[in-house]
Amino acid sequence: MSANTNVLDVRKVNKSFHDPVTVPVLKDVSLAVSRGEFVSITGKSGCGKSTLLYILSTMDTDFEGELVIDGELTRDASGSRLAEIRNEKIGFVFQFHYLLPEFSVLRNVMLPGLKLARRSDQEVEQRAMELLRELDMHDHAHKWANQLSGGQKQRVAIARALINDPLIIMGDEPTGNLDNRNSAIVFDIFKRIASEHKRSLLVVTHDEDFARRTDRTILMDDGRVMVA
Amino acid sequence: MRLLLGISLALLRAKLKQSIIAAVGVTFSITMFVTLLGFMNGLNDMLDGLILNRTPHVRLYNELKASPEQPIQRSWEQGAGAGDLGAHHFIRSVKPKSELARLPNALGLMRTLAKDPRVLAVTPRLVAQVFFNVGTVDLNAQVSGIDVDQEVRYYQFMDYLTKGDPRDLATGNNTIVLGKGLADMIEADIGDVVQVTTATGDRALLRVTGMFQSGIADYDKVQCYASVKTVQKLLGRPSTYFTDINVKLRDMALAPAMAKELAARFDVDAVDIETANAQFETGSHIRNIISYAVGITLLIVAGFGIYNILNMMIYEKLDAIAILKATGFSGGDVRRIFLLLSMIIGVAGGAAGLVCGIALQHLIDNIPFITAALPTVTTFPIDYDPRFYVIAVTFALITTWIAGWFPARKASQVDPVQIIRGK
Repeated sequence: MSANTNVLDVRKVNKSFHDPVTVPVLKDVSLAVSRGEFVSITGKSGCGKSTLLYILSTMDTDFEGELVIDGELTRDASGSRLAEIRNEKIGFVFQFHYLLPEFSVLRNVMLPGLKLARRSDQEVEQRAMELLRELDMHDHAHKWANQLSGGQKQRVAIARALINDPLIIMGDEPTGNLDNRNSAIVFDIFKRIASEHKRSLLVVTHDEDFARRTDRTILMDDGRVMVA
Repeated sequence: MRLLLGISLALLRAKLKQSIIAAVGVTFSITMFVTLLGFMNGLNDMLDGLILNRTPHVRLYNELKASPEQPIQRSWEQGAGAGDLGAHHFIRSVKPKSELARLPNALGLMRTLAKDPRVLAVTPRLVAQVFFNVGTVDLNAQVSGIDVDQEVRYYQFMDYLTKGDPRDLATGNNTIVLGKGLADMIEADIGDVVQVTTATGDRALLRVTGMFQSGIADYDKVQCYASVKTVQKLLGRPSTYFTDINVKLRDMALAPAMAKELAARFDVDAVDIETANAQFETGSHIRNIISYAVGITLLIVAGFGIYNILNMMIYEKLDAIAILKATGFSGGDVRRIFLLLSMIIGVAGGAAGLVCGIALQHLIDNIPFITAALPTVTTFPIDYDPRFYVIAVTFALITTWIAGWFPARKASQVDPVQIIRGK
């Protein structure tokens, strides 16, 4: 993979919902994200930005067009190969924290790393502690996930997204559920990930202030990309 | 796999109460399955033993029956040109002689059989019909002349001898062991002398040296035992006179084939144990089928319990399933997590059930069970066959696997996008 390959390439993606009548939600969407780029997707509610994100995440496979992640065309990949791609190359941060309440904070961060099994359990744990320290969450490592506040949970979720050093981090309204102070903290962390860790970020948001401060903003309206 | 197991255990811990309830269902069914089968088979063995222990695998005898071939037939067929006469003989006048009950050349037969490698023991018997005179009433009974040492060794004679010493019967002349029911009727006890009359009218005085109880009351009312010699004397027969030869084989399964072979080879009647006691086998089979059916029904009910609880757990854990899938766990991983969860419940419940079942078996084994019909039995019988434990655990694992598979498959098909976006 050469350095100038796009991390993410989307070519002419179309998607429709069929229930109860066929409604097109994405129309000929094409875009690309290059390495280390911090991109936001904005648009009105219902413009298809989240739908697009879940197609890009490989979790939604019901669409027409082409999605290429790190040079690999996803259309021919099996379900378990897509799971591997998500595990290795994509990190997720959702609007709601989505930590597993059955596990400690540290274990939550470690899970994708243990699944990938590229490193030993000890190394994964070390790496998880480093990430938590970087996000100033190391004091809470051994707490249960549901003992944390919303902003803290989101920071743990970011640490989890980073555990396998993914090529791209995707966020679906990652600050949508947070107050201004915590939103600012999360944004700063994202900024740092892009500049220091050289990871690409693709964040769906309706927070215009957040979008304005990213490298590039993709504006969507009625299923089309207006400004790429 | 270790990671998936860890996740299963964490989910289990989060729903510990429900998981324990599911496991208790398995425990209960395995306990009942093991106890039921052990108890049923213990009873079966005991009841079968009542008859089978005492029954020879092959019995050789000479049945009293009308000669199938009348003497005239022989000369008729051998006579030259007999068929040309177009005649038909109708003479059926030759009746069986009393001598026919005798087994011809019994000693030679026994010597030959003793050399057969399939044969464990050959014991002779002779049976005499006698009357006991009680006041003016004559009670009909049967005295079996036995080789006492052999009977003790191969037919558990001691188990049924409630009073007296078998040596007195073996060594004493004119001694007899009475069935309990018969002894009660003629009011005889050990040391008493009883008078018997044979079918031919001869009388003899015999000393009672013991009493036996077979567990079958009707049998005890008519059966007596004496040594071979005593009975031969009673009947006024020589010491080569025997009516039966009992054969015990090393492998009981060979009995039917062996009976046919011996009957053909020695020109005697032979009956094997399976033919003589077919009803006992049938009874055992049916009791076994019933206990398996009850045990398996219990397991299936426990399986439904696991199925319900897993289904509920999956419904409550949709978020966790979605996040696992989003972070790179495949549908197969999710299926394995829930299948493991089910198997943990099954293994834990099954192991506990096995322990409880064995404990319950021992408990039942110690409950007193005293019945006049069964002198040697003091507690309820239990069969500790390890085969039942293996079957129980195997069924528990299969049931929990099936009960876990359907919910697990459902979990693997959860669409994470729907869950995440639905929030």
